[in-house]
Amino acid sequence: MDKWQDNKAWFLVLPVFVIVAFSALIPLMTVVNYSVQDIFGPGEAVFVGTEWFKEMLANKRLHDALLRQFLFSGLVLLIEIPLGILIALAMPKKGWGVSTSLVILALPLLIPWNVIGTIWIIFTRPDIGLFGVGINSLHLLEVPFDHTATPLYAWITVMLMEVWHWTPLVALLAYAGLRAIPEAYYQAARIDGASPWATFWYIQLPKMRGVLTIAVLLRWMDSFLIYAEPFVLTGGGPGNSTTFLSIYLVKIALLQFDLGPGAAFSLIYFLIVLLFSFIFYQVLQRVGKGEKG
Amino acid sequence: MARIELHDITHSYLRRPKKESDYALKGIDDTWEDGGAYALLGPSGCGKTTLLNIISGLLKPTSGRILYDGKDVSVLTPEKRNIAQVFQFPVLYDTMTVFGNLAFPLQNRGVSNDDIRRRVHEVAEILDLTGVINKRAAGLTADLKQKVSLGRGLVRADVAAILFDEPLTVIDPHLKWHLRRKLKEIHEQLKITLIYVTHDQIEALTFADQVAIMVEGEIVQIGTPQDLFENPAHTFVGYFIGSPGMNFLECTLEGDTARVDGAVIPLDEATAALGRETKGRLEIGIRPMYLDVRSDPGEAGVEVTVQMIEDQGSYRIVTLMLGGHILRAKVPEGKPVSEGTAWVHFPKQWIRLFADGRVVT
Repeated sequence: MDKWQDNKAWFLVLPVFVIVAFSALIPLMTVVNYSVQDIFGPGEAVFVGTEWFKEMLANKRLHDALLRQFLFSGLVLLIEIPLGILIALAMPKKGWGVSTSLVILALPLLIPWNVIGTIWIIFTRPDIGLFGVGINSLHLLEVPFDHTATPLYAWITVMLMEVWHWTPLVALLAYAGLRAIPEAYYQAARIDGASPWATFWYIQLPKMRGVLTIAVLLRWMDSFLIYAEPFVLTGGGPGNSTTFLSIYLVKIALLQFDLGPGAAFSLIYFLIVLLFSFIFYQVLQRVGKGEKG
Repeated sequence: MARIELHDITHSYLRRPKKESDYALKGIDDTWEDGGAYALLGPSGCGKTTLLNIISGLLKPTSGRILYDGKDVSVLTPEKRNIAQVFQFPVLYDTMTVFGNLAFPLQNRGVSNDDIRRRVHEVAEILDLTGVINKRAAGLTADLKQKVSLGRGLVRADVAAILFDEPLTVIDPHLKWHLRRKLKEIHEQLKITLIYVTHDQIEALTFADQVAIMVEGEIVQIGTPQDLFENPAHTFVGYFIGSPGMNFLECTLEGDTARVDGAVIPLDEATAALGRETKGRLEIGIRPMYLDVRSDPGEAGVEVTVQMIEDQGSYRIVTLMLGGHILRAKVPEGKPVSEGTAWVHFPKQWIRLFADGRVVT
């Protein structure tokens, strides 16, 4: 084929460049710009190189928030993925139960995030909340339940809220994956005499790999960036026990107005999310494929 | 290996079937001999896959009984019936190797590891899969995948029957032939009862010793390919088998002749006598290859108009108009045919008489 003699084609991809530039590149570069300068006021900025990065990487409170964040996201994945699969397996396959259970599952996903925090504050209040009053009336706990009382109770409440809020997403994805498996696979499994466990392990789980990859990535990124719900529910407390990365970032960047360190923090944050998403994706692509076929 | 008997099987996908049209199967009553190679041939939606799933036990019939070697298996699961089924699309356990796939049915049945290894290698040998036995099943081509699904049936030495549900649909044309031959080879070698569902007559006729023709939930005829071709029991069989299908002309009887739009076609005496005793709508049927098209009237030639001549290489398909009826004739290469008026002869021995769709005997 002959090569085109002019470069007209570049004009056709230009709109995409412009949109991507304004939606992603320019904002990102602004953050990069802030992260290497000390800004005193409008037009008064000093180039400081990697100083903010060094400061942030040495920040003890950031280390704590990062560890908390890893613990939180790890727990989220460990609980929500298996639980979501279990729910999907238990959901009805036909009849009126399908749409009913889909609607019920989708409800938590439709509620605005800060409203979720408010709902759970009320739900777990020890004086009027159904959960708070209910669990305390059993008299099983040494310290009466109150999500602001101890770090453990705060964590339990945040985890419960997170699992309630987002497991339905995993369940919906897993359900879609399950429904896409042709009937012939189940028929073949019956003919081959496979046990329900073998059917799950050799047919359902491998066939769900695609949707589960998406579920893991979404839950990983979302839970790592979580802000609104714990901010409303605990405000990061008691103490700093539920201060996750984004809550700490907002404290630095907006409440203390340290734009430079905040920008450096943001970039580190961004790179961590990107790096782990990449790792999860690569691992999940390899799992079940094994050696090259 | 087993002889399979079907006793008055009906099936409906509705919970409370009322009319006859609610039934996907309307009373199937047949026996499939041990070690036979059968094909179930019919158009899409005629109930052949339903029947296959009932034989394998994946579906429970609305009524009727299924016997394997005289033993009633109607309520047994597919696993208990010990049958194997190959589906339209290759069904494999993607995460396993070919070996793992072949070993899976045996592992589930608690066979010892030594026996599994021996048996899997035997079957891999038969199916020419030895070279890929340690590869992941997911990476294979469609034809190899279908061989692996077949292999999962063959590994069980005592398998009652292997059922095929249009297994060559996703296979490349040039490999279809190869796989079909492999199936025949395996049948000759192992003498397992094979039942093969297809809507492709060439597949059915080349694969099976006995072909069952299904239409609208009924088996209208079971016979050898030759039988189906020469003695169709039903107009549908005549129309469905052969390309182009049998010609049918609605007629009345007058003495030993059939009248079609005023044209007189002589019948043999026995056929005509039977026809006179039968009530119902009468039709004569004749295969395109037996019609003799000539340029002169000769004796008892019927005048027709030649409408179209299609050259198919070694023969020509000639479309003729007899009054308001269309006839197709297969004319060998070299025999002159031209458009316009011609005369056609109906050899008595190849004319079949049908009443209300069923052959008059």
